[in-house]
Amino acid sequence: MSEPNSLTIAAARDALRKGETTSVALTEACLAAGEAGGKLNAFVHPTPDLALEQAKAADARIASGEAPSMCGIPLGIKDLFCTKGVPSQAASRILTGFRPEYESTVTRQLFESGAVMLGKLNMDEFAMGSSNETSVYGDAINPWRRGNDETALTPGGSSGGSAAAVSADLCLAATGTDTGGSIRQPAAFTGITGLKPTYGRCSRWGIVAFASSLDQAGPMTKDVRDAAIMLQAMAGHDPLDSTSADMPVPDFEAMLTGDIRGKVIGIPDEYRIDGMPDEIAKLWAEGRAMLEDAGAEIRDISLPHTKYALPAYYVIAPAEASSNLARYDGVRFGHRASLAQGDGVTEMYEKTRAEGFGDEVKRRVMVGTYVLSAGFYDAYYNRARKVRTLIKRDFDEAFASGVDAILTPATPSAAFPLGQMEDADPVAMYLNDVFTVTVNLAGLPGVSVPTGLDRSGLPLGLQLIGRPFEEGDLLNVAHTLERAAGFVSKPEKWW
Amino acid sequence: MLDLTYEAPTPKVIQGAKHDWELVIGLEVHAQVASKAKLFSGASTQFGAEPNSNVAFVDAGMPGMLPVINEGCVALAVKTGLGLKAQINLVSAFDRKNYFYPDLPQGYQISQLYHPLVGEGEVLVDMGPGVARKVRIERIHMEQDAGKSIHDMDPHMSFVDLNRTGVALMEIVSRPDIRGPEEAAAYVGKLRQILRYLGTCNGDMQNGNLRADVNVSVCRPGDYEKFIETGDPSVLGTRCEIKNMNSMRFIQAAIDHEARRQIAIIEDGGSVVQETRLYDPDKGETRSMRNKEEAHDYRYFPDPDLLPLEIEQAWVDEIAGSLPELPDEKRARFVTEYGMTEYDANVLTAEVENAAFFEEVAAGRDGKTAANWVINELFGRLKKDDLAISESPVSAAQLGAILDLLAKDEISGKIAKDLFEIVWTEGGDPAQIVEDRGMKQVTDTGAIEAAVDDIIAANPAQVEKAQGNPKLAGWFVGQVMKATGGKANPKAVNQIVTDKLGL
Repeated sequence: MSEPNSLTIAAARDALRKGETTSVALTEACLAAGEAGGKLNAFVHPTPDLALEQAKAADARIASGEAPSMCGIPLGIKDLFCTKGVPSQAASRILTGFRPEYESTVTRQLFESGAVMLGKLNMDEFAMGSSNETSVYGDAINPWRRGNDETALTPGGSSGGSAAAVSADLCLAATGTDTGGSIRQPAAFTGITGLKPTYGRCSRWGIVAFASSLDQAGPMTKDVRDAAIMLQAMAGHDPLDSTSADMPVPDFEAMLTGDIRGKVIGIPDEYRIDGMPDEIAKLWAEGRAMLEDAGAEIRDISLPHTKYALPAYYVIAPAEASSNLARYDGVRFGHRASLAQGDGVTEMYEKTRAEGFGDEVKRRVMVGTYVLSAGFYDAYYNRARKVRTLIKRDFDEAFASGVDAILTPATPSAAFPLGQMEDADPVAMYLNDVFTVTVNLAGLPGVSVPTGLDRSGLPLGLQLIGRPFEEGDLLNVAHTLERAAGFVSKPEKWW
Repeated sequence: MLDLTYEAPTPKVIQGAKHDWELVIGLEVHAQVASKAKLFSGASTQFGAEPNSNVAFVDAGMPGMLPVINEGCVALAVKTGLGLKAQINLVSAFDRKNYFYPDLPQGYQISQLYHPLVGEGEVLVDMGPGVARKVRIERIHMEQDAGKSIHDMDPHMSFVDLNRTGVALMEIVSRPDIRGPEEAAAYVGKLRQILRYLGTCNGDMQNGNLRADVNVSVCRPGDYEKFIETGDPSVLGTRCEIKNMNSMRFIQAAIDHEARRQIAIIEDGGSVVQETRLYDPDKGETRSMRNKEEAHDYRYFPDPDLLPLEIEQAWVDEIAGSLPELPDEKRARFVTEYGMTEYDANVLTAEVENAAFFEEVAAGRDGKTAANWVINELFGRLKKDDLAISESPVSAAQLGAILDLLAKDEISGKIAKDLFEIVWTEGGDPAQIVEDRGMKQVTDTGAIEAAVDDIIAANPAQVEKAQGNPKLAGWFVGQVMKATGGKANPKAVNQIVTDKLGL
């Protein structure tokens, strides 16, 4: 058996059920790996005591013969999830010291199924970023390097800590959240699987909100089967979230048959963007061939409004964020600036928010405030909403024409060096989301699967987009692609 | 439904230094929904609780918390809409109104700007017998109330109480159909009455349960008619909004002052600036609330945490079926069913509890007598002791029993009033009290005759006088009543005295 911390959820589950290992052993191995992996800056609030306590309880549960799939599985939890009594600060200074008195629905469901929390994971501040460089905790580091080049690379963002931790085997799997690509892009940058479920599949209750109409939690795992297992525990209707869907949660793992004969895979012409690197185009073509070989019918399709998705996203997401982040005012929790004599409530707001938020968050709050302001609302926000409707209609029409899943690249490049984009136009960073934001705007499920390496040895991923609430079918296509690609590479341990 | 015919009141005219002016007024009334829980959380709405004790995580704007609509609040708002004969929108939606204030923890108020729950309706505002103003309702939307900032507890700090945060409000927006300060106050009074009948708002203005923002502008006679004809608001003057009025008296005073202020500006050659103003009851004037630099841009947009609110027509019909009789109908029915004056019907239907008390007293009895007793004796006595009808020591059943004794001639009107006072202070069964204390009216003519004979025998001089002047017979009646302790039947005494004196 390989190192316990490098196991998949499925392998660990089987070993636990057979009594070949214990949750405590798995947890201790992960905690040790986590400690050894400090340089990756993935875990920002480790919770070893809680982890061992949960692991013991899980072992007792397994011993009693009751062992849900996630029982005893050590996980990392993105800092965006509110976890009861544990720091939950969305990687922001403004939530310094905040320990919620409540547990998010998704983590509660995971823990109720017996999962173990190793700690909270690094991320971009309020999930705003594509490189994990906007975090108050500092950058998370990608375990992958370009061969022998020691340049520190980004693990992507915003779920950069989650991606780094899963990729470096600091945990068996992690939770992520995805508003414009925050699960799928870091998964692609670190050679792991990242699933953004259909909007409404997982409850948003207790997850710090970035853009409410786009945010969705999902699993970040070592393979597709694990994504199916973990989604099962995370998903389900939650009466506390009015946007959560009252839909049955099928047995996703059971749907991984590897048989996609007769399925129709759409290849959208509009994703062939200008200046797409050859390696990405090649990866995409290979993926197409693999699915065709597996018996799927490949069909070229058109999603004509794709080019408007990124601008629409960068209107809608900041608009919602500007309102969602208004509650961070220093009045009730988190950071409050120290005030000068004579300062009133306006100064308290201004100083607190100026100190508490980083530059990217401020930029988006300002953009959002602007696009919602009187006189600009119709030109920006309302127009973006119309574009969103058109984008959703593009997908609806594709699916109505018989397409079962859509194959696209996950990212326009492999992981890039930390700091590289520092002086760049913020829009250059936003381009990272070009293949992923459409999925959020349309509320669809999307999964990123590692299928190859670039010439410097960095992982690359392809994205599959599915019909709403058909994650099972989508994961089956992803599972087939994964098997065909046979991606088994791991980062070489340097940390 | 009974329709009362009415005429529109004459618009109020204010004489300026140069011209006559008329007023155009529209109101936005914020009525707190009488629900047990808040609009988007399960926290209690109970008034007067310990500060910050009725606060759910979502009310406090904690990270990651989400609103979930309270169906009970929606039902009460729909009921209100139906009570105002308004259109119910089966699909409505919630929007966020963004602004910073410490008593607004989310940094936005959830409201309904673009798609309100209730559309157009109307209210008939009574301005006197046969005179009423029909005020059109533009819309009613649901929104969250804010908390309370407390600035006077500490010299250096302000405090916030979030108990009221998130309590459901209905904002009832009228058209500019109101033409004077008295009409505005009467409109609020009528709305309050209807809401209390419906049980959808307690209407307690002192506790901020019902508050009004008043829009006032002035125009020259004739302009308003032009506006009604063309629908063009530019023929009217620029309006100012007086915020947060919680007394009908202040509403009247504020409108009057505000209209005169605007008239003075215009007549001096200036122009009214559209703005929000506050009424200062101590100084009796309105003043500007904020300057232009601080003008709010609320950045309304659809709340992404909430799906559009969809309700079923069948559910609306069910609520419509449960609607109680409303003031106008009740008043009309009282006039026809009990034969009382419109004035009395108005008094008795002003509060739904009064009407219910009256109807319990009147059941199976003479309506007019019941109305007289409830209005004159009961209300008078309640007022004297500063009691609400719910606190009345005399129940409807007890008052009814007194009226029964009166109707059966067992007690006189005067004794009945004494009896009422006894029941008021001591309680008990009126019939039993009459029995125990020998308060029964003497109708035995033999006993009365004997008393009359005694008095005639004892007062020969008075007999002579009375025989010369029959009006003096009253003196004998008085003496007999006195001798019988008021228990003699006055009609019988009268007859016997007249007979015995040979008048």
